[in-house]
Amino acid sequence: MSELTTAKIPVTVLTGYLGAGKTTLLNRILSENHGKKYAVIVNEFGEIGIDNDLIIGADEEVFEMNNGCICCTVRGDLVRILGGLMKRKGKFDAIIVETTGLADPAPVAQTFFVDEDVQNAARLDAVVTVADAKWLSERLKDAPEAKNQIAFADVIVLNKTDLVSKAELAEVEARIRAINPYAKLHRTERCQVALADVLERGAFDLDRILELEPQFLEAGDDHDHDHHDHDHHHHDHGHDHNHGGLKHYHDEDMQSLALKSDKPVDPKKFMPWLQQLIAAEGGKILRSKGILSFSGDDDRYVFQGVHMMLEGDHQRAWKDGEARQSRLVFIGRDLPEQVIRDGFEQCIAA
Amino acid sequence: MDEFDPAGPADSIASVTDRVRSFDIGAPAGAVYFLGTTLAVVGAEETVTLIDRAGETSRVDVGSGALLCAASDGKRLVIGGDDGKLSALDSCGKLQALATDPKRRWIDNVALHPDGAIAWSVGKVAFVRGTKGDDKSFEVPSTVGGLAFAPKGMRLAIAHYNGVTLWFPNMAANAEMLEWAGSHLGVVFSPDNKFLVTTMHEPAMHGWRLADQQHMRMSGYPGRVRSISWTAGGKGLATSGADSVIVWPFGSKDGPMGKQPSMLAPLQARVSAVACHPKQDLLAAGYSDGTVLMARITDGAEILVRRNGKGAVSALAWSGDGETLAFAAEDGEAGVLTL
Repeated sequence: MSELTTAKIPVTVLTGYLGAGKTTLLNRILSENHGKKYAVIVNEFGEIGIDNDLIIGADEEVFEMNNGCICCTVRGDLVRILGGLMKRKGKFDAIIVETTGLADPAPVAQTFFVDEDVQNAARLDAVVTVADAKWLSERLKDAPEAKNQIAFADVIVLNKTDLVSKAELAEVEARIRAINPYAKLHRTERCQVALADVLERGAFDLDRILELEPQFLEAGDDHDHDHHDHDHHHHDHGHDHNHGGLKHYHDEDMQSLALKSDKPVDPKKFMPWLQQLIAAEGGKILRSKGILSFSGDDDRYVFQGVHMMLEGDHQRAWKDGEARQSRLVFIGRDLPEQVIRDGFEQCIAA
Repeated sequence: MDEFDPAGPADSIASVTDRVRSFDIGAPAGAVYFLGTTLAVVGAEETVTLIDRAGETSRVDVGSGALLCAASDGKRLVIGGDDGKLSALDSCGKLQALATDPKRRWIDNVALHPDGAIAWSVGKVAFVRGTKGDDKSFEVPSTVGGLAFAPKGMRLAIAHYNGVTLWFPNMAANAEMLEWAGSHLGVVFSPDNKFLVTTMHEPAMHGWRLADQQHMRMSGYPGRVRSISWTAGGKGLATSGADSVIVWPFGSKDGPMGKQPSMLAPLQARVSAVACHPKQDLLAAGYSDGTVLMARITDGAEILVRRNGKGAVSALAWSGDGETLAFAAEDGEAGVLTL
């Protein structure tokens, strides 16, 4: 990457439903002795117990871009605040944007795709979602915001694990994985997570779109492998069954969809298809990512998107011995799975 | 707007670069103003550098953080910062505290009225302090993007999301709202008080004819319009944001509607700042590659003031008598050219 890119200030978006522990995590980030200085954009002044002239109050002002795209909303306050902060470049190493508990992370992320000034000065590092192990399962049923935040996350800090039983923990993790199997998940008490696991993740860096494998299986051995049946607890939501002892849910309206091909993909077909898919279904697609092996192309092509905004680039040459496999991931609401699968099939080079 | 010839080599035009007096203010410069014959260069943070006619420089600490906004009436400079302080500075370097936000919120915008009134904004609230020192405030639906006093009477335009609110601070009448979807960041009245123009978050400007609120959409820019300046006499509005200076005609009652703007001083770099001469058909343009040009509005003839290859030009200013041009750049250079 060029120096210009590395000089951009990384921005971590911190989300999480009310009471999940965002402020606890923020206070840790600000008080721990890591030798870095963070500028923090918060919604409620005063919650943070640390005096720092780089803590800025924001108003979460979302506006629609005049480009005819209804889901193309950006945080105008963020544009303004980042502009002001850039006058103090050199006084801090990174920026953290805390959203309110009820916020949709999309406008924050889209701000980084749409605004030229923001793009020149800062880069989105990752969306970190703090979730309450005790209450998340309930919130996923009654609060669409909570579901959005899980679906959007690159990193999930599953907090307050000390307040739940092992069985409840397995339950809530299965709920999370039903929505977003790709995020890194960390179980914590009082947000005791290594800060390196939440900051400087490079999750939106096209050069680091490497991890498109679901994260299920690294969950470790402390899962209960006995056959719980919690069906009566969530009669309103889908069904559960077991895969090798791991509880598995399907969330009724938020899913992830993974596509794969070992045959090369035709870029002349794929690009128009992806554009058209995003234009038609972008309102439903929260996040998308992909690594493509194009026919007649020795470079990996990578892309990522938020709703209708996409960015993509040739990343690097495929390595010797590396399987030239194309992989795509969509996370979204009511995804038309068969339409997407069929469409992608059509893009595979003859 | 995308149909112009790329610029010829910069060395083929007349140059006055050897007559520019250059100063290093030691920090990125955000804005530049003339206070009489003294130049005030507003740094990105904390300090304003004053440069007098003899070239003597002095630094004045005006805040403890970023300097977010500034305005001048030619006699004093009013500055707002991220430390919640609003201050006034005169050409002698005397600093006067005007207001402090009790919660230390950012002072985002400031504007000055010719009669001495001051307007500033904090978040969604615009404040006006009249000449008698009485403060009034008005809250708009979203954060204030820009402020401008009308050239006549006591009327303040407050730009925000989805339009502009026109407020008469001294009257009980309801504020008037001019609507247009989007985020409006900067706002100006035409000198004849007939038009109101905003710069938007998207690469476009919007205007209203004040008599009947007729809309005027000015678009086609590759980048956001940050810097705008009325030509001498107010018949044209010169703007940054493209690879040439775009000048919209405002001489007729319909403003720029149905007319093509003129394009001056094209270069292969984005125009970052414009300033029209106060008396003649002449403007100065600064570019993202560091170039500063003067261009005659009537025929586009150009004179080179600063070569490219240095920091982007952040601001330009003419002295009130039009005899001196100043520029300020992101690499900390301030330049003064006396014609």
